[in-house]
Amino acid sequence: MADASTTLGHGEHSHHHNMDAVDVFGFWIYILSDCLLFATLFAGYAVLHNNTFGGPALKELFSLPYVLLETMFLLASSFTYGLAMISMYRSNRQQVLGWLMITFLFGLSFVVMEVNEFVKLYMEGHSWHSSAAMTSFFSLVGTHGLHVSMGLVWMAIMMFQVAKYKVNPVMSRRLTYLGLFWHFLDIVWIFLFTIVYLMGAI
Amino acid sequence: MSSDHDVVATQYGTGKKTVKSYVTGLVLSLIFTFLAFWVVTDHSLPTAAIYIALTVFAVLQLIAQMYFFLRMSASNSEARWNLMPFIFIVLIVLILVFGTLWIMYNLNYNMVS
Repeated sequence: MADASTTLGHGEHSHHHNMDAVDVFGFWIYILSDCLLFATLFAGYAVLHNNTFGGPALKELFSLPYVLLETMFLLASSFTYGLAMISMYRSNRQQVLGWLMITFLFGLSFVVMEVNEFVKLYMEGHSWHSSAAMTSFFSLVGTHGLHVSMGLVWMAIMMFQVAKYKVNPVMSRRLTYLGLFWHFLDIVWIFLFTIVYLMGAI
Repeated sequence: MSSDHDVVATQYGTGKKTVKSYVTGLVLSLIFTFLAFWVVTDHSLPTAAIYIALTVFAVLQLIAQMYFFLRMSASNSEARWNLMPFIFIVLIVLILVFGTLWIMYNLNYNMVS
């Protein structure tokens, strides 16, 4: 099974190479279009973040040390994903799996912390239907969290595939897609913690 | 085996990814993140200066991650193909966000009696 997939890569070497470059460029265009989704949510947040409908200001609901720890988890996962890619260039399957597992755990820690924050806010009565400010907050941060969660599901599938098949051109292309996606999510988070949490806390 | 390795190492128009580039990106990102949290918790600067500092740190971290994690550059034609739509999207995002704020601010200003 694994042999069949590597010979396929060999037989259509140049064809594959060119097609892969076009496919990866197409995925990059998707990533950029996803930027527009986040831009609309950021614009919504910027307009609505003061409309708390008599509730507390958003800054009274956030804890900066908590957000810093979340940031560290996501940044660390972006870094370890890079190490997984480098292991892949060296065709070292065990290392790829190891780094993907570490990346997965960092990403999972981020999502668990964010879900915990959301549950806490909800329990205290600050849910998405309490004001326009809370709606824009949950939409923006929640959409990012949903992206990270989808990335985790994708990463779990990739770990299974890398374990089953060898590190071959197909795996290389798929891991490149996920790498673009994962680094992109960390870049969106830079603006999220800066605009929502830090500028909100001034 | 060696040709197989070449295919696996395809970089898709990005610079070469090395452990060194990732460590540099990580260290720079950590510095900009801690500086951003520090200016807010320290709060000794005037408010306007804190906003400017936060924006600068965010943009610097964006550039650090684009360059050292995604390895974007303008060094060859394939890399420029990746860079061009990115610059276009940055323009659109800025128009969308600041255009929205501008319109909503004006509506708010003109409609409050």
